Amino acid sequence: MLVLSVIGEGLIQAGKLLITGDPEMLEITWRTLQVSGTATLISVILGVPLGVVLALRKFIGRWLLISIINFGMGLPPVVVGLVTWIFLTRYGPLGSLGLLYTPTAMIIAQVIIAFPIVAGFTVAAIQAINPKMYFQILALGANRWQLLWLMLREARLGLLAAVIAGFGGVISEVGASIMVGGNIKGLTRVLTTAISLDVSKGEFELATALSVILLLLTFVITAVLTGYQQHRRQPQ
Amino acid sequence: MIDQNGITGQVLLEARDLLLVLEKREIFNIAQFTLNAGEVVALVGPNGAGKTSLLLTLALLQHPTGGSIYFNGTCSTRENILELRRRMAVVFQEPLLMDTTVLNNVLIGLRIRGVPAPVARKRAEEWLERLGIAHLKGRSALRLSGGEAQRVNLARAFVLNPHLLFLDEPFSALDYPTRRSLLVEISNILRDTRITTLFVTHDYPEIPFLADTVRVMLAGRIIKSGSVAAVLGEDAAVPRQIPAPWNSASS
Repeated sequence: MLVLSVIGEGLIQAGKLLITGDPEMLEITWRTLQVSGTATLISVILGVPLGVVLALRKFIGRWLLISIINFGMGLPPVVVGLVTWIFLTRYGPLGSLGLLYTPTAMIIAQVIIAFPIVAGFTVAAIQAINPKMYFQILALGANRWQLLWLMLREARLGLLAAVIAGFGGVISEVGASIMVGGNIKGLTRVLTTAISLDVSKGEFELATALSVILLLLTFVITAVLTGYQQHRRQPQ
Repeated sequence: MIDQNGITGQVLLEARDLLLVLEKREIFNIAQFTLNAGEVVALVGPNGAGKTSLLLTLALLQHPTGGSIYFNGTCSTRENILELRRRMAVVFQEPLLMDTTVLNNVLIGLRIRGVPAPVARKRAEEWLERLGIAHLKGRSALRLSGGEAQRVNLARAFVLNPHLLFLDEPFSALDYPTRRSLLVEISNILRDTRITTLFVTHDYPEIPFLADTVRVMLAGRIIKSGSVAAVLGEDAAVPRQIPAPWNSASS
């Protein structure tokens, strides 16, 4: 009964926060979107070209690099947070940049989490295209950049899956964000770290409300991406 | 002599000392291979003879381990390979259509070449009409039957107005009636356009319909070359009613 009560209270509170447009909730939600959106964008910019090269080019150590990328797809966020913290702490190699406990530090940690996911999905998406398509596009007279563009276009459903998986991986993580962001109110607090804090304070209703908002946010974004992905792929 | 396509002389494509080695295995080793302007050459041979690898190499899609390829007297190099490739077209056994509409598929090669959109569209629609698929132009290319898809594939190649056409067993995955009608249509198109063509096939009955000469390939070597009659015999050199069911075993 207690559980149902907490969930019920949480849902009511979530409704209130959304209807009244609670400023703190809006600020935390906006920061969540900024941090995870930027991290996903950077991961796509870095991960897609790497995935294409790994899928299409032969070179020594390629399989090792793909293995590392695949290993990276399952990196525990808390370990990523710890390593990033070691690098960014005052006495660390990048300590002089003064990035620890800033949104930038959170973005760096989230990129480390999302980048292998995007790259790994890209490798799979490009390799799923018929290998002869490479020759067909060249035979149509494509130069290197046209070849790349047409291959990416053919793999776009898989690439959208890469974006969805990368975004889903970072918007839901808490370990790295809390470690390098510090969960500072008004500066680095995002939905997941706020939920974690509310649970530790025993404010389960508020934690449930923020969880509902996080789930709604994640669902809306992934639904938009999935809708775009699937609208041309109706079953025959 | 310069013809309307700017093709000079008799020999359009010439390969010398062509060698391809993949994963330490020699795929082919051919001292000389020529295609004369306007000629339709059938390349036949068993599976694993190296026919498709030779086609890919001559189409400048596969870098040879050794040797040179001259197109209209110009040796292909890293610098001019794109320009030379854009004077050729390849039709593979599988249609390999892009995930877009039929019309867009036919337009891709023209867009790549920067042909103005109205001109490109007019040319594409003409070829869709000629191959009997104009009514499919707005349909997704991934929702076509095998025969329709191969017609789109052929339109995508012919619309480029290539000087040299490579056909890699374009009919082998099709059913008998579709094969037959396409074979007749392609035969008519090649006769009208006089596009120089290298045509890889397993099926001997197809050869007299399309080809002027035949090269027989075995274990990476050209072992026989000559007119259709000289290679297949006088009797087999006459295009005739295609036997049904028509398959590799019957040939």
